[in-house]
Amino acid sequence: MTLRDHAIRYGFIVLLFGLVAYFATAADGFVSPQSAVFIFQSVAITGVLALGVTATLVVGGFDLSIGSVATSAMMAAAYVMVVLEQNALVAVVVCLLIGAVVGLINGWLIVYMRVPDLLATLGMMFLLVGLQRIPTEGRSIATGMTMPDGSVANGKFSDAFLALGRHRFDFFIPNLIPVSVVVLLVLAVLIWFFLEYTRFGRMMYAVGSNERAAELAGAPVKAYKIWAYVISGVFASIGGILLAARLGRGDIASGNNLLLDAVAAALIGYAVLGAAKPNAFGTAIGALFVGILLQGLTMMNAPYYTQDFVKGVVLVVALVFTFALSGRGRR
Amino acid sequence: MVGNAVFRVEGLRKSFGHNEVLGGVSLELHAGEVTVLMGANGAGKSTLVKIISGVYERGGGTMALADQDFAPNTPAEAICAGVVTVHQNINDGVVADLDVATNLTLDRLSGSGAPTLFNPVRVRREAKAVADRMGLVIDLKARVSDLSLADRQMVAIARALAHQPKVLILDEPTSSLSSAEADRLFALIDRLREQGVAILYISHRMSDIRRLADRIVSMRDGIISGIFDRKPLDYEGAVNAMLGRKIHLDQIVVRSSAKPILTIEGLRIAQGARPISLTLGDGEVVAITGLVGVGKTALAETLFGVRQPLSGTMTMNGKPYAPNSTGEAIAAGVFLVAKDRGENGIVGGFNIQENISLPFHKRMSRFAVLRRRLERATARRQIEELGIVCRSEKDEMSELSGGNQQKVMVARWMAQDARLFILDEPFQGVDISARRDIAAKLRASANGRATLLFVTELDEALETADRILVMSEQTIVGEHRNAEVDLDRLLAEVAGGPLHSAA
Repeated sequence: MTLRDHAIRYGFIVLLFGLVAYFATAADGFVSPQSAVFIFQSVAITGVLALGVTATLVVGGFDLSIGSVATSAMMAAAYVMVVLEQNALVAVVVCLLIGAVVGLINGWLIVYMRVPDLLATLGMMFLLVGLQRIPTEGRSIATGMTMPDGSVANGKFSDAFLALGRHRFDFFIPNLIPVSVVVLLVLAVLIWFFLEYTRFGRMMYAVGSNERAAELAGAPVKAYKIWAYVISGVFASIGGILLAARLGRGDIASGNNLLLDAVAAALIGYAVLGAAKPNAFGTAIGALFVGILLQGLTMMNAPYYTQDFVKGVVLVVALVFTFALSGRGRR
Repeated sequence: MVGNAVFRVEGLRKSFGHNEVLGGVSLELHAGEVTVLMGANGAGKSTLVKIISGVYERGGGTMALADQDFAPNTPAEAICAGVVTVHQNINDGVVADLDVATNLTLDRLSGSGAPTLFNPVRVRREAKAVADRMGLVIDLKARVSDLSLADRQMVAIARALAHQPKVLILDEPTSSLSSAEADRLFALIDRLREQGVAILYISHRMSDIRRLADRIVSMRDGIISGIFDRKPLDYEGAVNAMLGRKIHLDQIVVRSSAKPILTIEGLRIAQGARPISLTLGDGEVVAITGLVGVGKTALAETLFGVRQPLSGTMTMNGKPYAPNSTGEAIAAGVFLVAKDRGENGIVGGFNIQENISLPFHKRMSRFAVLRRRLERATARRQIEELGIVCRSEKDEMSELSGGNQQKVMVARWMAQDARLFILDEPFQGVDISARRDIAAKLRASANGRATLLFVTELDEALETADRILVMSEQTIVGEHRNAEVDLDRLLAEVAGGPLHSAA
């Protein structure tokens, strides 16, 4: 392998270690279990969303609706528990159903109605942003809120549900690992194994690379595409559940950054190990990369408003790695 | 009729890398005459057209228009000089979202001297003048996307003719038209011929050629292989010059089969086509030959479950066979090596091993988890079997030569045992040694299945098949045992001569 090949393959990993080394020396307290856990926790929700969108990238599609699916799921969870006074299980099931149904509709629009993927999911994004506000006429949901008809909502987030966002497992140090981090790791391993080692994952890559060849090799291409959007929708709704559990209310103003952060993580993943294709491992590393960068900047007292700019720079650099340097950037 | 040549090409050459596509082509076009250019895929027709129309640079030779040297650097220069080309893809010639009038005058919107402001009244007036000159009766205000294909074609040609060309090149203009629509096009061509335009008409359709041709020029492997201008035109000779035999054939020991595997009865694959009936036997290799566009791929896709027949039945091993999807066909043991491997076969992101295992993931996995060791062993065995030249089974497909890529495609489908093995144009873009390897492998492994090849080139059929069937106009029109083939009759059938009783 030439130097260039090495640069393409390991460049991003080296950059990641360099970043960690820099923050370790420059920022006090960066190297500590608590700091590591904080980074994991900050990337948990975007990471889950990014893993979902990776599935759609694999089949050659794209899902712009994930951010609004997550916030819709958050609002739904709050509505089910606070207004309808149901338990945690009902709330979780409703959220997952929303994710699956939105994924099915996205897939149906793209496969059968022939709407281009970006446009179909963009439309769905607007639709959901509006829809989630209708039941409460645009208000956030919290215990004791006044409903449009004048009554007062007396339900509350159940403790079991809140535990999803707030409980921490003991791991050498008491109360160290948050549930959301465990969820992220489990989902990451699952989707990684699914894409790399099962025949379904392999065929999804084939569909993304040459749809016609996949069809002539006997694959039900339409079904694979629809399933990819269902996976994406369900993952996004899991992200929404974690968000609701962390906030403890249905906040209409939160979750604005989810889409861009998740997409950035998935696209940065293209550059990891020179894969030049969407992959679960790269997506997880991409999410981690963004998390470390932001945590480090925060600990060095960089102003909050520089964060988006830094994320954008990283994304552009990663895309150049993938598409220009490796020369096989085909999607 | 034969006057001085308006347009003359002498010793034109063109190579892409080491691959010589045109090896010294000389051609004359006369005013008021339709010259038909025939040639199989890869004969070099499109390259020739692209050089004449200024898309490609020539590698050598000269071109002259009205005795002046003609060397266009861009398509625009060729058009300005009076050489206008209407390309095969109709939508390349029109802008679908604009109305007819704007399309007809599109070329006046840009360039020096074009007015800055867009004046719809003036545009419509100019467009009407263009349309009248051609006898075009279309609502000028209609959007092109609302027009039928034929009308779009007319607009594309009218737009080309707005330049008042001396030479008009039509590249397979009827390939997406119905016969009534084609008649309108022919009437227009007759009119242009009377106006003294020199027309180069590229087509595979014998009915078009019989209707229009004043001369026929056949191309083969980058050279002119025959010129026919004596009336009555020798159509069969032209087909022979385009497809005919050029190499000494290996002797084939022709086999015949007693045990039928697939029986087709009354299968109709297109509106108005005559039904197809045939039987394919165990161990035999059958080639179906015919010109481009006669329905070979449609028949292959019908057998493979990509499309549904209009009527008719298929029986395989005594059981009814009617696949609704490619998956069902594969499950029944029907495999297809599709034509155009780049488009229909190769998965670019996958290496050799992953390309070979593609259709058989289910058989190569346990609880949905792929058995990579089995996958690798299969790939290695297939690379060995077909003699694929590569460093390892992990090589990228793009690193292989065309012949080796095609071998991977064949190896993919030979990794498991087929009942019916269909190959559509398996020798396309394949060098002669790879072609021999593939053909020998097919014959050596033929027992236990029926093998069906679809090929345009006669040589390929004569080299590999036990039995040759001829297709024309979406049906089978002739059958030959590949022992003492009556080539004259075969060529007549390919050229769509008087129909013999269908096989």
